[in-house]
Amino acid sequence: MTTTSPATPGPSSPPLQAPMPSLLTLSLSRGRVELLMFVRDRRSMVFTFIFPVMLLLIFGSVFNGSISKVAGVTFSQYFVAGMIASGLMYSGFQNLAIQIPMEREDGTLKRLAGTPLPQAAYFAGKVVLVLASLLAQVALLLAVGVAFFKVKLPSTPAKWLDFGWLLLLGLLACTLLGIAFSSIPKTGRGAPALVSPIVLVLQFTSGVFFLYNQLPSWMQHMSALFPLKWLCQGMRSVFLPDSFMYTEPAGTWELGRVALVLLAWIVVGAIACATTFRWQRHGER
Amino acid sequence: MGEDLAIAVRGLRKSYGSLNAIDGVDLDVRRGEVFALLGPNGAGKTTTVEILEGYRDRTAGDVAVLGEDPAHPSDRWRTRIGIVLQSTSDNADLTVGEVVRHFHTFYPAPRDAAAVISAVGLSEKTDARVRTLSGGQRRRLDVALGILGDPELLFLDEPTTGFDPEARRQFWELIERLKAEGVTILLTTHYLEEAEHLADRVAVILDGRILEVSPPASLGGRAGAATTVRWLEDGRTRTVQTDEPTRTVLELASRLDGEEIPELSVLRPSLEEIYLQMIGTAERSPL
Repeated sequence: MTTTSPATPGPSSPPLQAPMPSLLTLSLSRGRVELLMFVRDRRSMVFTFIFPVMLLLIFGSVFNGSISKVAGVTFSQYFVAGMIASGLMYSGFQNLAIQIPMEREDGTLKRLAGTPLPQAAYFAGKVVLVLASLLAQVALLLAVGVAFFKVKLPSTPAKWLDFGWLLLLGLLACTLLGIAFSSIPKTGRGAPALVSPIVLVLQFTSGVFFLYNQLPSWMQHMSALFPLKWLCQGMRSVFLPDSFMYTEPAGTWELGRVALVLLAWIVVGAIACATTFRWQRHGER
Repeated sequence: MGEDLAIAVRGLRKSYGSLNAIDGVDLDVRRGEVFALLGPNGAGKTTTVEILEGYRDRTAGDVAVLGEDPAHPSDRWRTRIGIVLQSTSDNADLTVGEVVRHFHTFYPAPRDAAAVISAVGLSEKTDARVRTLSGGQRRRLDVALGILGDPELLFLDEPTTGFDPEARRQFWELIERLKAEGVTILLTTHYLEEAEHLADRVAVILDGRILEVSPPASLGGRAGAATTVRWLEDGRTRTVQTDEPTRTVLELASRLDGEEIPELSVLRPSLEEIYLQMIGTAERSPL
């Protein structure tokens, strides 16, 4: 059979192939449904919005005094900086490290893997989700802080600029680490028990709930291995007066080092995502 | 591999440790045919299909699906196949329309979203949350997502589980329409009458091996198998197993002087009987 009739194009030689959808189109399409599912899921709404605000209300009311006679900084001001850093951990790391194992279990990932959707578009959709929930969370924390605890917003354009790149690097690091960590829980139900304690311990040891300079030095050294400590430090540089930086272990805000550590974690997270991400449950190959 | 084959498998093996889940399977599925894979649970149906779909690695063997090796699936190849998996519970918080329109964006030349929803009979559920669908409706949404990309080859893994008889009939009509459009379909099913109704050829798989591949009408020597003739005589039901049912009935008729033979029935063995016989025999024989 060697027909060369041009009227019947063989199945293996489609002359006019429609172009594949672009990565941007697919990423936005994923981002849209991620957001739709997020706002319709009460659990994620509670953990992302109500829980951090509750913590701010409780801690702000209990510790309502000044924490530094020199600088005249209130604990609420200090705590808002730590909670915004924590927000990156909640929205990026905790949310994804719990949500993705559930999606692996309920078949979401397996179905997507059977379509032409590239993995990168799935990840990009998660970034869109984290970005949107993070911005809403930060706005909510700041609004509550300003309204109830006289929290002061960043005072100069330079501080707003620092705020911007800190959020951006923190978002990328936490999102990638959340996706990477999602391969560790064996089941969707087991994920929260594995993920939440890590976030909580890091919050204590990174100076969210307590003043970092009053923590034992071994704890300071340990937490310095992880990104949350550096995010907290960066956020303090944005929300606390520069006179406060003399209480930091290094005596300065160390913003250069903050950026380097976050970049390093972004690289680690990206490599871990690319090499360990699984569409399927354990033992399904 | 031939141009006329949608799927060509030679010597496929899949081992988990010392267990051979798939133990030397050869399989050809021609373009445009509906091919059914039958076998008891654990026989290797889903493992085989998931290797063909690009979900699982294989231990050994040559596999070509639409001319490509599914172990290294390309995005372009993925646009040419459609997959309906066994039960899932994803996208529960989206509506039927949202899910279908979302998956619509994945494909370079998809079918019309509304037409696909209508084809699976979910038009009235377009704005309903997936969470609220019944099991059968959920399954029809799975089928909608499987055919949305206008695939050349469609995998259906137990597609009608949980369907009521009417929904199953409607589903069969949908498959026949797809077949008429030239879509190749690989089906696994527990329902023998479904395989008989839809499939051009069936393969029976047991313990990771193919016992037989043939059209449903001649599986397991069914075409030449003994037919059961049953009638009522002297108040008792009589049955005769025969290879010549016509002659048996003619003899009966002449014995009864051309009277109507009471409660006469002539039964060829059903696909189910043949199938159960096949897997029963195979399981009894020592290897």
